[in-house]
Amino acid sequence: MTGSEFFSSFCVLLILTFLIRMIYLIIVIITGNCTLIRSKPIRTVFCIGSGGHTTELLRFVKNINMKKYQPRMYILADNDASSEVKIRETEIDNNYYLARIPRSRNVKQSYLSSVVSTLYATLYTFPVIYKLKPDIIFCNGPGTCIPVCVVAFLLRCLFLLDCRIVFIESICRVHTLSLTGKILQFFADIMIVQWPNMTETCFRAKYFGRLT
Amino acid sequence: MSKLYKKIFLTVGTTKFDLLCEYILTEPVLTALKSIGCEEITFQIGKSIVDPGIYERHGVKINMYRFKDSISEDIKNADLVISHAGAGTCLEVLEANKPLLVVVNEDLMDNHQLELAEQLQIDSHLYYCTCDTLISTLGVVDFSLLNPFPKADPTLLINYLDSVFTVK
Repeated sequence: MTGSEFFSSFCVLLILTFLIRMIYLIIVIITGNCTLIRSKPIRTVFCIGSGGHTTELLRFVKNINMKKYQPRMYILADNDASSEVKIRETEIDNNYYLARIPRSRNVKQSYLSSVVSTLYATLYTFPVIYKLKPDIIFCNGPGTCIPVCVVAFLLRCLFLLDCRIVFIESICRVHTLSLTGKILQFFADIMIVQWPNMTETCFRAKYFGRLT
Repeated sequence: MSKLYKKIFLTVGTTKFDLLCEYILTEPVLTALKSIGCEEITFQIGKSIVDPGIYERHGVKINMYRFKDSISEDIKNADLVISHAGAGTCLEVLEANKPLLVVVNEDLMDNHQLELAEQLQIDSHLYYCTCDTLISTLGVVDFSLLNPFPKADPTLLINYLDSVFTVK
């Protein structure tokens, strides 16, 4: 066997191993085994989207056990100024961090260019997530959601991170999942909806009543 | 009808809703509003083309302003709220237990906001209409038939999350 043959078969083996790990993880996620046991407080990331989504998520933050879920890390889009104000109003003590990533899609952006900007945002997000090392990621809408969750999932495939993703669908979605929801139903460990009949639209969705 | 909805608060949110802003100032609409008891209108107009200020039209006092940090005071002071279909505004008004009429902005084809207004009308928490049907809607709806909106409660979800994610 020549050197190049060895190298190519090694690569094929590597890719195959990665694919098997990915499929295994998706099966784990879809079958709903999402328990997480930690000896220290749970490092929690909140993906802040925009406008109404931010308000909805921060209302949820107010209700969680702040001692259990800390430190809290907020990931927001680099051109999002108003959310930072809202976060400061929500967080009473200073046990939180902000991280900024490029927006994956701006309003009125074309489909093709949003694919490119999402890819860019995803690459940018890798070191951010790797450094934050979250145990749980909460997200509820557009903006920073997709790159953060994709990166977290890939790092989990590579055994570099062990985290769970919780996606909370907006109360605005009464009959169908949002685009983010449609994508994340394959990556999110827990899918939450806010209307009872939505559990028929998405087979994995859980309904616990109206949250906001 | 007795004087029921003396103070009406109108809000269009962060965007603009030119059609509604101009329409509200016309005589037929003001007459329809007066017929349900309206004497005073507070109107948050956002970026709409009309000028803010205090007006008196056809016997109704109208106070128009663009933005405030919080509209919760205005909601609290109103007997009836007429709003755009924005989810945040709708929920805020319903939580304040005020009768709500949503006027859908057909220029904004933001269908998922309409989806929420539709469902909330099915569940009898609000009524919704468009600018074209505003007058006829005001004539037929009875806000006293609306159901109170139950409070949001994240406790069940938080209990579930606490059972799945544990700290030893």
